[in-house]
Amino acid sequence: MSKANQAVLQVDNYSVDFWVDGVWYPAAINMNFEVQAGKVLAIVGESGSGKSTTAMGLMDLLASNARVEGSVKINGQEMVGAKKTLLQRTRGREVAYIFQEPMTALNPVYTIGFQIVETLRTHFDLGPKEAKARAIELISMVEIPNPEASFDKYPHQLSGGQRQRAMIAQSLSCDPGLLVADEPTTALDVTVQAEILDLIRNLRDKLNSAILLITHDMGVVADLADDILVMKDGLTVEFGTSDQIFNRPNHPYTKELLAAVPKLGSVAVRQIEAELVGLPPVLKLEKVSIEYPKRGRVPAFRAVTDFSLEIYPGEIVGLVGESGSGKTTVGRAAIGLLPTVEGKIEIVGRDLTKPTAQELREIRRFTGIVFQDPGSSLNPRLPIGESIGEPLLLSGDAKGAELDRRVEELLDSVELPKSYRNRYPHELSGGQRQRVGIARALALTPSLLIADEPTSALDVSVQARFLELLQELQDRLKFACLFISHDLAVVDILAHRIAVMQDGRLVEVGTRDQILKTPREDYTKRLIGAVPIPDPAAQRIRREARLANK
Amino acid sequence: MSKINPKAEATLEKDENEIANRQTAGLSQRQIVIKRFVGHKAAMASLFTLIGIIVTVFTATGIRVGGESFGFTIPGWWPYSITDIDPEGAIASMCNGGVTGCPTLDLAPAFMDGDGVKFGNHPFGTDIIGTDYFALVVRGAQQSLMVMVIVSFLGILIGTVVGAIAGFFGGIVDAVLMRLTDMFLVTPVIVIGAVIGFRFGNLGVIPLALMLGFFAWMGLARFVRTEFLTLREREFVDAARVAGASNRRIIFKHILPNAMGIIIVVGTLLMSGAILIETSLSYLGFGVRPPDVSLGLLISEYQGTFSISPWLFWWPGALIVSIALCVNFIGDGLRDAFDPRQRKHISIKDRKRAKEMKRLNS
Repeated sequence: MSKANQAVLQVDNYSVDFWVDGVWYPAAINMNFEVQAGKVLAIVGESGSGKSTTAMGLMDLLASNARVEGSVKINGQEMVGAKKTLLQRTRGREVAYIFQEPMTALNPVYTIGFQIVETLRTHFDLGPKEAKARAIELISMVEIPNPEASFDKYPHQLSGGQRQRAMIAQSLSCDPGLLVADEPTTALDVTVQAEILDLIRNLRDKLNSAILLITHDMGVVADLADDILVMKDGLTVEFGTSDQIFNRPNHPYTKELLAAVPKLGSVAVRQIEAELVGLPPVLKLEKVSIEYPKRGRVPAFRAVTDFSLEIYPGEIVGLVGESGSGKTTVGRAAIGLLPTVEGKIEIVGRDLTKPTAQELREIRRFTGIVFQDPGSSLNPRLPIGESIGEPLLLSGDAKGAELDRRVEELLDSVELPKSYRNRYPHELSGGQRQRVGIARALALTPSLLIADEPTSALDVSVQARFLELLQELQDRLKFACLFISHDLAVVDILAHRIAVMQDGRLVEVGTRDQILKTPREDYTKRLIGAVPIPDPAAQRIRREARLANK
Repeated sequence: MSKINPKAEATLEKDENEIANRQTAGLSQRQIVIKRFVGHKAAMASLFTLIGIIVTVFTATGIRVGGESFGFTIPGWWPYSITDIDPEGAIASMCNGGVTGCPTLDLAPAFMDGDGVKFGNHPFGTDIIGTDYFALVVRGAQQSLMVMVIVSFLGILIGTVVGAIAGFFGGIVDAVLMRLTDMFLVTPVIVIGAVIGFRFGNLGVIPLALMLGFFAWMGLARFVRTEFLTLREREFVDAARVAGASNRRIIFKHILPNAMGIIIVVGTLLMSGAILIETSLSYLGFGVRPPDVSLGLLISEYQGTFSISPWLFWWPGALIVSIALCVNFIGDGLRDAFDPRQRKHISIKDRKRAKEMKRLNS
């Protein structure tokens, strides 16, 4: 009984169902867990496993068609079926939430200081001056530079990482006993992610809060969690200490999940076939600069400066960088979607620096692109068969029955059933849509494929299958590929060579092993050091090494 | 019989192929839209009602093709026209203590204490001087429907094209087109109607509708532009461009179907709005003028007699309401048909069934 008293959060027989189309759909089934002060419990699972629903249901934050059953006790106080006033008092004061998207979770029309003060004054009897002093204290606690000035800043004036810090400051304003962090670093770059994780760890030590961490990223879990709960389809698959889950997983699903996480340096270098060596490059960028033209009073923005890169037949080049480094811009320019202001672009031996409409049309036969967001890259009003067949139809390669046959072949090659061609994108899962994206990009068997973060919206297990498929296709079709990603581990699996970008400039380029094992530039080293790896012991060593270097 | 007939085998193979083909046979977007629209009960009912109204209205009194001096008239099946006066008939159908021209239509059958279903000479009654009101209403509905069709066609066409071009190309094209839209937007339609009506006199309903159509597209143009501005940034547009699609194909094949919902909604509003605008213009004396009639003109002409002969109000009113309702329901059905994400409404019956299933399972 004494142990139960220590638990900040205790959950027994907890279930959440949703009422959809006349049926109760279970989202979380019969969950049991507890979190003690100063401990971190991570709930891990793929999208749709019910991990976020579980967290939101604790404080009755779900939509009105949800039903929560069982028992949720916060500091011994029952929350399921509790009065609205009690819930309201508990939220913020005893339980605080950190959400995934700091831009949408902060109100854009108020300064961050105002928002923190508001939270403080809702829960405590504080005067405006005292509240401001406390807010500035909180802002400095989350290590936002220049706290006094930052107090008066609006969310859009802060970077993504600083916004997330402001969010954390707000949620810490009442010294909550329990902090629920729902994918707190998913929207952030690796280096920023590492900083935020450090911050959360420090705060846990300082404030002795209990933390419930919801994430899909095994690296983040390894970095932070004491206990881990693995969820799949609303069920608790496995529950254990961090060490136990990572080193001695029992359940096959946990093993599968761990195996699907890409690890740095786990794959041998893939060789380019001898017959392709020595051929002229498929894509040649020579001192390219790209600008977004000025719009009204907003001046032109130079996204990429002096960028040079060559990609040879049969080669996959990984382009890595943080958000805003200009990697997507390079990818788009490489297939003529964006004009260049300086430098020279050559695709399959054709100069595409100042392309005419005719030249652009011709180049389309040799290029394909897979986009980042499978939700927006397929026309929602077209059946996927038509989307895939479009390049074939427009290039005049096939039509009528021949087109149908080719579309079915393409669906086959990306391992989707033929009958899917009549389906609409919204009827497919994210992974399936991304396969459709590949099928469309490869419809004309291009010599150059641009893959713009194709896996960033996918779950790890789906990502693993997707990467396998991409490798198979590349082995068979031998296209050159520019693989853009922020995830070094993914690039590590695929790429022959890696190029690193920062602030629109090429930092360094080299073979995979050269970049990952013996990076020359500091930036590359920092980038590699910040990648959390899914192994608690190794991650601790890396973290300490990183902090020592600071 | 141990040897299988090669011909039969071939047929069998062909059949199997056909079954496989049918399963994967591609339905074009149009086929899918039509299939979904036909499944929409309210829209189909409205479509048939509207077709019924249109057919009745255009065949009853006949249509005059061409102007006053030339052309010909297709005769209708209704014995009276809007110029025929039948005072005896009006007096014959007296009711309510001396009010002439009551409707002779009686739908109460004999077993319900009525005189049996009969239409009589003037089912919709007559006006004060004895003009058959059915003929007047039918003629009015013809005019209103014509106005509705022409105005909405022109409005949707111009609005969509202007909005699509402005939204898709942006920049200077957008600026010029939108300022043009603003110019049209600040011009009151009533004033334009008044000027044209005053300058050219009574030209009939078609020139009026054309004129109204040229001033009805601005709202739609703005909606379509906004829709295009967001849609053109979506990645599927880039994907289409990479696939080699021309601007025209991107606009019409990729973006326009995605903007169809807003076009249909605004378009249907435009249709019901057109009837009302024509009504108000006719009321002010700038639209359709006597001796010709429109539904709006009928209402305004007889507004003083509402307490004595209310049917002079009912019939045109009922027609306006039913036409507008039908159009809106059809618009609803079209929007649902164009949106594959639209989920079907869950009926109470479905819910009950789900509950029953759950009970049986547990």
